[in-house]
Amino acid sequence: MQDSQRKISPSLSPALHSAAQEAPSDRLPKESTPVIELRRVTKRFLTPGGQTYTALRDLSLTVAPGEFCALIGPTGCGKSTTLSLIAGLDTPSAGSVLVMGEEVHGTDPRIGYVFQTDAVFPWKNVLSNVAAGPLFRGVPKREALERARAWIARVGLAGFEDRYPHQLSGGMRKRVALAQTFINEPQILLMDEPFSALDVQTRTLMENELLQLWSALSASVVFVTHDLEEAIALADRVCVLTAGPATVKGIYTIDLPRPRNVAEIRFDPRFVQLYHDIWEDLRDEVMISYERAKQSS
Amino acid sequence: MNGLSNLLEQGQSDGAANPTQETDSAILAALTRRRRRRRWLINALRLLLLVLLIGGWELGTRLGLIDPFFWGRPSGIWQQLVTWVVHGTAQGPLWVQIAVTLEEALLGFLIGVVLGISFGVLLGRNTFLAELLGPYIKAANSIPRVTLAPLFAIGLGLGSQSKIALAVVLVFFIVFFNAFQGVREVDRNLLANARILGANRWQLFREVILPSALTWIIASLHTSFSFALVGAVVGEFVGSIEGIGLMIQNAGATFNANGVFAAMLILAAVALLSEIVITALERRLLRWRPTALSEVTL
Ligand SMILES: Nc1ncnc2c1ncn2[C@@H]1O[C@H](COP(=O)(O)OP(=O)(O)OP(=O)(O)O)[C@@H](O)[C@H]1O
Ligand SMILES: [Mg+2]
Repeated sequence: MQDSQRKISPSLSPALHSAAQEAPSDRLPKESTPVIELRRVTKRFLTPGGQTYTALRDLSLTVAPGEFCALIGPTGCGKSTTLSLIAGLDTPSAGSVLVMGEEVHGTDPRIGYVFQTDAVFPWKNVLSNVAAGPLFRGVPKREALERARAWIARVGLAGFEDRYPHQLSGGMRKRVALAQTFINEPQILLMDEPFSALDVQTRTLMENELLQLWSALSASVVFVTHDLEEAIALADRVCVLTAGPATVKGIYTIDLPRPRNVAEIRFDPRFVQLYHDIWEDLRDEVMISYERAKQSS
Repeated sequence: MNGLSNLLEQGQSDGAANPTQETDSAILAALTRRRRRRRWLINALRLLLLVLLIGGWELGTRLGLIDPFFWGRPSGIWQQLVTWVVHGTAQGPLWVQIAVTLEEALLGFLIGVVLGISFGVLLGRNTFLAELLGPYIKAANSIPRVTLAPLFAIGLGLGSQSKIALAVVLVFFIVFFNAFQGVREVDRNLLANARILGANRWQLFREVILPSALTWIIASLHTSFSFALVGAVVGEFVGSIEGIGLMIQNAGATFNANGVFAAMLILAAVALLSEIVITALERRLLRWRPTALSEVTL
């Protein structure tokens, strides 16, 4: 894999430089416009009780072209909210979200989004589900179906083209969702815990597969996960968020060599070291989140 | 190209190859046999139930337990039906009466369904309109709408128009509320996914909102056709020159219980036929749903 192509984000906002930074600075390339930039983003929701709930507060984050960035944080801290802002499905209450240097207005055809919950269309079979994106975008039907078949084979679902989602297992549905997203060849890939529903073996296979696809597409990835091991194994950079309202607690550059084999890299001493360091940071947030959940119940 | 698909293919072929062919087909044969036997049993029991019911009724009237003047008698109902078929009714040939009522019901049904879906989708998608019109629609819905029949008779005359109008009103509200609810219940995730995948507004409607709402809409069609029939028949009660409703009214006016039952039987047959058509439509349009939901329909 083209390791040299992978760039590490150069432009962390000043506030973030105070956070734990372990990157050997010589690996940071020269300035380039970030693909995604969140500038002091705040997001408030109106709760059913009529009050406001702040899900994100002053969150700043940049993702460089071709970078694989993992977002990790305790449950309910605002990770999915962050992705939906980048995707243009929601607007920030304050601050600005920029994609390719431009303020986000609505959805962007260059962005692919694998949702946390099942979002394949239950009334379309596997083939139509995967072909949906190209068909929406005006690709001729024959070509769309042809490409869909290729992608279905690629995620290991060949022979299941005629099945409806309710006839598939949860893991298979997830693979349909992946093919549905990848077929559009997005330049920016947002993934919200895409593998959390999979068993460990399939998951490792899918993670390796994702790394391959990523290097082929040379897309920028924002990958949300609960799982610190997964985050380190996959990403160039791991971004730890605080318990809600989310803001960036620490950013860690993962200087493990590529290409990586997800199944083996967990035994790398450097991996263990990184895990230890990031966990120190993450643990406090998880504890805060846990204490809150206990109190409110 | 990758280990994943290899592994998965292996898994598949393992699963298919391991059980020997014979046991597979033996199990299948046993299953089909059991299912066929069950179907046969149910059909036989159904027939028995019918024979008992009608036989009991007939016997009851013959033994004097049931007064045939008030309750009719199966053989009398049958004779009435034969008379109608052979000699026609007081208002003309039987098939004309059926055709008239069916036409009124069908037209009312179609217009009501189209209007109901249109307004349901419109208000379901437009929160402002929904909030604006909500109270009025609820108020209109709470009126017992068959009471409109005399109004329609006055305004639209004794022809088929007044019956169609009544059927439309009855059908509209059922379909409207279901379409509205169906549109409201569309999974936000699916909408977001479609938008991300590149759907424009029309595609969003055609590929996500409509299929999703269709489950609700189709469910409403079952009841709404019966309501269309009710609308047509009640409209004919109130004032008409032909139709099954008029036949029932005439039979009632002449204390002909058998005639009322016979006309009811004809209506039931019409309703049953429409039910079969709608169920077939449902099967086709909702193929994607888990079968358990649509298999046992009464
Ligand atoms: N539409 C909404 N209205 C009100 N509150 C919301 C809304 N969406 C999200 N929230 C709140 O914002 C917070 C962050 O939600 P979000 O879905 O981003 O969490 P998350 O980090 O993705 O959690 P998880 O890891 O469990 O998926 C939660 O506390 C949630 O209750
Ligand atoms: Mg989430």
